[in-house]
Amino acid sequence: MINKLLKRFFKHIDPFLMVCLFFTLLLGLFVLYSASGQSIERIYGQGINIVLALSFMWIAANIAPNQLERVALPLYVLGVLLLIAVALFGSISHGAQRWLNVGFTKIQPSEIMRIAMPMMLAWYFSKQEGKPKMVDFAIGGLLLLVPVALIMKQPDLGTSLLITASGFYILFLAGLSWKLMLGSAVVLAASTPILWSMLHDYQRKRVEILLDPTQDPLGAGYHTIQAIIAIGSGGTAGKGWLNGTQTQLEFLPERTTDFIFAVFGEEFGLLGNLLLLLLFTLIILRGLYIASQAQSTFGRLLAGSITLTFFTYAFVNMGMVSGILPVVGVPLPLISYGGTSMVTLCLSLGILMSINTHKKLVAT
Amino acid sequence: MRAELKNFQHEQHYFKLRLGFTGFVVLALFSGLALRFSYLQLNQYKHYQTLAENNRISLVPLVPNRGLILDKNGVILAHNFFVYTLEIIPSRVDDLEKTISEVSKLVEVSSLDRKRFNKLREESRNFESVPIRTHLNEAEAASFAVNHYRFPGVEIKSRLFRHYPLRKQGSHLVGYIGRINDKDLETLAINGDLSNYKGSDHVGKSGIEQFYERQLHGTTGFQQVEIDKDGRAVRVLSSTPPVPGSNLILTIDSKIQEIAETAFGEHRGALVAINPKTGEVLSYVSQPTFDPNLFVDGIDVENWRLLNDSLDKPLINRPIRGIYPPGSTFKPFVAMAGLENNKRVPPFSISDPGYFTLANSVHRYRDWKPSGHGMVDMQRAITISCDTFFYGLALELGIEKLTSFVSHFNFGRKTGIDIQGENGGLLPTPEWKMRRFKQPWYQGETVIVGIGQGYTLVTPLQLAQATATLANNGVAMKPHLVAKIQTAITNEVQTLPLVVQDTIPLKQENIDIVKQGMIAVTQPGGTAAGVGANAPYAIAAKTGTAQVIGIKQNAKYNASSINERHRDHALFIAYAPADDPTIAIAVIVENGNHGGTTAGPIARKVMDYYLLGKMPEPAQAKDDKKNPVKPPNNALGTVTTHPLPEEELHD
Repeated sequence: MINKLLKRFFKHIDPFLMVCLFFTLLLGLFVLYSASGQSIERIYGQGINIVLALSFMWIAANIAPNQLERVALPLYVLGVLLLIAVALFGSISHGAQRWLNVGFTKIQPSEIMRIAMPMMLAWYFSKQEGKPKMVDFAIGGLLLLVPVALIMKQPDLGTSLLITASGFYILFLAGLSWKLMLGSAVVLAASTPILWSMLHDYQRKRVEILLDPTQDPLGAGYHTIQAIIAIGSGGTAGKGWLNGTQTQLEFLPERTTDFIFAVFGEEFGLLGNLLLLLLFTLIILRGLYIASQAQSTFGRLLAGSITLTFFTYAFVNMGMVSGILPVVGVPLPLISYGGTSMVTLCLSLGILMSINTHKKLVAT
Repeated sequence: MRAELKNFQHEQHYFKLRLGFTGFVVLALFSGLALRFSYLQLNQYKHYQTLAENNRISLVPLVPNRGLILDKNGVILAHNFFVYTLEIIPSRVDDLEKTISEVSKLVEVSSLDRKRFNKLREESRNFESVPIRTHLNEAEAASFAVNHYRFPGVEIKSRLFRHYPLRKQGSHLVGYIGRINDKDLETLAINGDLSNYKGSDHVGKSGIEQFYERQLHGTTGFQQVEIDKDGRAVRVLSSTPPVPGSNLILTIDSKIQEIAETAFGEHRGALVAINPKTGEVLSYVSQPTFDPNLFVDGIDVENWRLLNDSLDKPLINRPIRGIYPPGSTFKPFVAMAGLENNKRVPPFSISDPGYFTLANSVHRYRDWKPSGHGMVDMQRAITISCDTFFYGLALELGIEKLTSFVSHFNFGRKTGIDIQGENGGLLPTPEWKMRRFKQPWYQGETVIVGIGQGYTLVTPLQLAQATATLANNGVAMKPHLVAKIQTAITNEVQTLPLVVQDTIPLKQENIDIVKQGMIAVTQPGGTAAGVGANAPYAIAAKTGTAQVIGIKQNAKYNASSINERHRDHALFIAYAPADDPTIAIAVIVENGNHGGTTAGPIARKVMDYYLLGKMPEPAQAKDDKKNPVKPPNNALGTVTTHPLPEEELHD
């Protein structure tokens, strides 16, 4: 009886993804404990985030993709409207206008867009008969660029980057022509100076410092320099859990959030890094597999985009912490402290599971 | 339906191709990351490990306690004690003026303190903390401590302070320490001592404090501390304790020092007393003196001006830096030169007409006694200080022989005493004159060297050393101020070895002649008969007078009518007891007129105490009180004098 109930409960949970997720989250809690200066409150906080996120995942996994398909457009429209509202009446904190006060709580509409964007584009392309035409891609591009421009204006470089990526993956998987992409790349390169002028000072500085962190060793470059020192000094096997000097003596900034990977690298070394890389790779490969097996165009595109966005999170974060990418404020998926990204990521993994487990139903 | 299915399959195939491509990109980029990690964590591991260690570990210097300076009887001349100082780290304070005025509401900060602070700031290293107030009392320290949080970059420090309890006494010999300035840093860097001064704020600037800096400073210890990003110490990893500096035990007896300095009264001048058998400096006087405590944490501008601009030049270390013509005190050494060169060996004598002339010249080199001394032999020439006798002797010896002989008595070269900055004086030679003035040497210049005039210049220390060498029958012991060094921790006392600097081969009969001449100086009929009066021991001595520059070329010398600062310098050398000397003294009283009357009594007081333990009688120097001569502001009087060949001598 209980066995049956459990089986029903876990019906839409993908065991492979779940196991990877479990180990990654566990690893994350250990690192967070060390990074927070052995703060048990932080672990409780993150525990609540995880429980919340897993609940959303479970819910998402139990919603059939065709139901999701139906909410794609309304969710997208809502997201865009909220973004406009933020631009008009949003509250400012830390020099960025990202939050919208809705009375009882503050919400961050850009987070809704993380899910709404790939859903919207996947829905749009699934509605097209036959091979998408040039005009479809143009419309898709427009659907992508409007919210991204709004988020960029806030300014939130990290989020706009990730949303752009998630939208682009849909366009790519929907068959965006190589010629067009190559052409766009050339146009983009040519328009770099214009984009450069559009960036905020602090964003420009981040890019400049990335190219040469020593330019500002005590200011903006300090993050990167201390992170690289932490990772490099970890060596092969690391300094051991709770023994990272860069971490414990607080030389590492933002060590529980965006720079938590440096803590990981310092205390667990190269072996730890490779293990984490392996866990992420397994999740991504599983995601790609699910995408390949999906039966509807919507599910296929959405699963692909979700998986590749997850990859983008991981790659950009580890790349920036290890000093090969700009510091753009992207958390390390499933490990960085914080509820929002945890919920968004688990929700998207839940959708992935849903696409996988509901396909037989669709087929029959 | 079939077409639709076919279309669907084609679409799926195309999708899988694209998906496969992304999978490949994912693996490639992750491999790139793995390579990046390997590069950082394998290739560059050592580099980043070092950087992490540098981040984490800070070396905190542990400053050693500076060694004490004691006199031969253990009287403390320099020691350390704890005081609270209020210090500002300028680099950590945004608005210095505002901070200082805020601080002064809690702790009194005088305008002098501010001036000194500004001066120190200019002189010192950037990162250093600079004291704004020293010697805070408990209440002040407490009231600041409570408000400390309001003043980042301002700190109360409890630090060891150098103190010279005898204040003005012996300040030129003990010297002082001062805050390390850029020039000191350079010196320390050249000597390779920089690492030993991490954390040290002070360094010896003069006197014993400077010369024995290495021994006094000690070895700085280090504490390896783990620090967090704000530089707060988290825990101590290892600790190497500092080794305190050694204590120095001097040859000086501070009682003699006190007696000698008091004996000078208001006079300016110098006195050096040496034990001829050992080279120990028994007394080292430079008058006037100053309070070295003023210098320890930076002297304020007003006190500095007062000392530096004073006509009395209290900052000049006269025994080694003051150069004076030796005058007649030079005669015993000229006499030795003559006798050792077989000139004027008794019973040779001259009939003194009161002047000397060179062949083919009508110019008269006059004796101080215009009527002449009558029949004079070598011994009597010393006793009565007969100028005519020595004019002739100098001429006959010739300048080369004369200077090369007396140079054995340490004239014209440094004695090597353990204080820096010694002046070597001057023994003129024809070569020197050619070099210096591009002029040939004249015979007349040789003549006046015979009576210690002309270009000849000596320091009081040289004069004392020469006297000691003569007293010790030609064996020159190296003069020194430090007798023993007591190592810290073990308290082991190391006695510094006595050094024989030179042994002049002198014939005993010649020594006897000169010494007899000098003994008679303090006996009735001698030039310093008053000095020897009622002495229970025999004193051998010689008086001297040196002219001061500034007298107009054709002005007649008359002590009473002349500005006090233009009067002659009085010189006096002596040793006692004459048969077995244990003390040799040179005294110079600037503008003191006659050696026998002003300089001689000072030497007598020192000898009385040293040989008999007799304290000088109080209330003397009535002369000075009757005629207090205030220095005029435009006076030309200077400490060092530049001699001009003068014919008129008074002795």
